[in-house]
Amino acid sequence: MSNIPENLKYTKSHEWVKDEGDGTVSIGISDHAQELLGDLVFVELPEAGASLSAGSECAVVESVKAASDVYSPVDGDVVEVNEELADTPENINQAPYDAWIFKVKLSDPSQLDGLLDAQAYQTIAEDD
Amino acid sequence: MLIFEHSRSGRRARAQAPATHDELSGIPAHLLRQQPPRLPEVSEMQAVRHYTRLSQKNFSIDTQFYPLGSCTMKYNPRACNSLAMLPGLLGRHPLAPETHSQGFMSAMHELQEILKEVTGMSAVSLAPMAGAQGEFAGIAMIRAYHDARGDRQRTEVLVPDAAHGTNPATAVMCGYKAREIPTKSDGDVDMEALKAALGPQTAGIMLTNPSTLGVFERRIEEIARLVHEAGGLLYYDGANLNAILGRVRPGDMGFDVIHMNLHKTFSTPHGGGGPGAGPVGVSKRLQPFLPIPVVGTDGDQFHWLEEEQLPQSIGRLSAFAGNAGVLLRAYVYAKMLGGEGMQRVADYSTLNANYMLKKLMEAGFEAAYPERRATHEFIITLKREAKELGVNAMDFAKRLLDHGMHAPTTYFPLLVPECFLIEPTETEAKESLDAFIEAMITIREEARQDAEKVKGAPYSLPVRRLDDVKAARELDLRWQPEKTEA
Repeated sequence: MSNIPENLKYTKSHEWVKDEGDGTVSIGISDHAQELLGDLVFVELPEAGASLSAGSECAVVESVKAASDVYSPVDGDVVEVNEELADTPENINQAPYDAWIFKVKLSDPSQLDGLLDAQAYQTIAEDD
Repeated sequence: MLIFEHSRSGRRARAQAPATHDELSGIPAHLLRQQPPRLPEVSEMQAVRHYTRLSQKNFSIDTQFYPLGSCTMKYNPRACNSLAMLPGLLGRHPLAPETHSQGFMSAMHELQEILKEVTGMSAVSLAPMAGAQGEFAGIAMIRAYHDARGDRQRTEVLVPDAAHGTNPATAVMCGYKAREIPTKSDGDVDMEALKAALGPQTAGIMLTNPSTLGVFERRIEEIARLVHEAGGLLYYDGANLNAILGRVRPGDMGFDVIHMNLHKTFSTPHGGGGPGAGPVGVSKRLQPFLPIPVVGTDGDQFHWLEEEQLPQSIGRLSAFAGNAGVLLRAYVYAKMLGGEGMQRVADYSTLNANYMLKKLMEAGFEAAYPERRATHEFIITLKREAKELGVNAMDFAKRLLDHGMHAPTTYFPLLVPECFLIEPTETEAKESLDAFIEAMITIREEARQDAEKVKGAPYSLPVRRLDDVKAARELDLRWQPEKTEA
C-alpha cells in the first residue's frame, strides 16, 4: 500500500498539498500517483509568477507509460518552482513527498479546508 | 552493430557507383561543406548483409501475430504492392502534365469516390500524408468554416478523455483550447458533462467511434444533435474505422469531417513511422475548405482542383498530392474487396476480437468493460495479476515476445490501469488467436511458479529487456565516432 502522510492535504487528481504556515503551500504528486505512472522521465514545470486557478492544468509529469497533467489544487500565484526536477525527475519516484513541484501563495487560505485529508484520499487511492 | 561500425576508410561499393565526378558550379562558397559527410564506407556485400540481418531481426506482420491495438496491423496483400509498382505509375513525375497522368488521376478520383461512399461524406481530399496531418486538416477546416462565417468566439474543442493523444494536440495546433470530457464507467461519453461543456465557445468535438476503449459510442446521434445545436461541428477520428467498414457510416452518424488512416483500414504497410495516408472526408458545409489538390473530372478528363477552383481551401499540405504510392495500394485493396468485402472486414475484425475477449475472460482474465460487446479491439486489465503475482502488463508484454508474438498496446488508454489493448484484425486465422490465448495462460501460470522468470523476459530476442527509462531520460540518437572508439 502506498504511503499517505497524515499531515498533508490531497486532491482527487492525486496532488498533495503541504501548508507551509506562511500563506504558501507546496504541491507535488502522491506516492500512489508516482506508482501508477512508473519511472518519470520528464517534468514540465509551471512558470514562476503564473496565476493559477484551482483545477487548472499547470504542470506535466511524464513517464515511459504516460504523460499526465498536474492540476493546481488551489487559486493563487506560483512563487517558486522546483528547478531541480528538470534534471532529476526520478526524485519524485524516490521521495514523492520531498519532491515538491511548485509553491503557491494562496489567494484564499480557506480553500485548504475543502481538500481531502489522508483518510479520504486513502479511500480514493484504494479504488484505483 | 551499426553500419557505421563496419566502415573502413576508402572502401567502396563500385558496382553501384559510376566513377564519374559531376562538376558543381555556381554554388556560393559559403554553402559548400568543408568536410565530407561521415557516411559509412562499406562494400556492397557488407551493405546487403547488414540490412538483410536487420530485416531478420524485425518483428513484423509478415512474420508474427501483431495484435497492436488501434494500429490495425493487418495483412498487406502482395497484389496491392505489385500493382502500385507498375512501371507506368512508378515513372510518372509528380509534376507531369495532366494529359500524361490520366491513368493515375482516374485511380485517385475513383479512390475519392470509394471513400466518400464508404464513409457517407460529400467530398474527399487525398492530400494529407498521415493520420496526424489528416487530423490537422480536419480541425483547420472547422476553424476555416467558423472564420468564414465571422463566428470568431469559438475557442474550444471538446475531446473525450479516452481520445488518442493526438486529438488534443491537433486542437492546440489549430489554435484552440482542448477541453476534456470524462467517460463513464461503461465506456460511453458522460452526457451530462458534455452538455455542461457545450456553449457558444464550442468550435467542435473530436470523437473516435468506436472509441479507444474498444466500444461503440451508443449515443452518437444524440451527441451529434447537441453539438450541432450549440453551433459546433463533429470531427471523426478514423483510427478505428476498421470495425464499422461497410456497416455504419460516420456521415450518417452526423459527423462533419473525418480523417481515414489508409495505412490501417485500407491495409497499406505501416509501422516504424510511415509512410501513411490520412485522407479527409467532409460534409457539404466543409467542402469549400478541403485541402488541395483534389482530383476533379468533367466526365471525360481528370483535372487537379487547385486554389483557383477551391479559393477557400485551407491550402496545400505537401509539395505534391499526398503519398501517391500509399494511395495506390489502398485503391487496389478497396477494388479487390468491393463493397461486400468491406463488410466482411468489419464482420471478421469484430468477430475475432469478440472471440478473443470471450476466451480470455473464460480463462480468468479481467475485461475492462465486461458488459460491453467488443468492437474490432478490446481491453483487458492485468491489475489483479500485477497485485497478486507482482507481474505487470509490461512483463506479460515482454514475455509474449518469447512466444513469438508482438505484444498488444500496453498502458493505453490511460483510463485503464495495467491494460492491454488487443486488436487481432480480420486477417488472422483462429489458430493464431488461440495461440495468443494459450500464451497468456502459460505466462500467468509461469508467473505463479516463478515471477522473476517473467520479469526478466524477453530471453529469445537479439536484445534482452531494454532500459526504456534510461532511453527516455538520456536521449542519444546520433552516432558519433568518438563515442564508439572511446
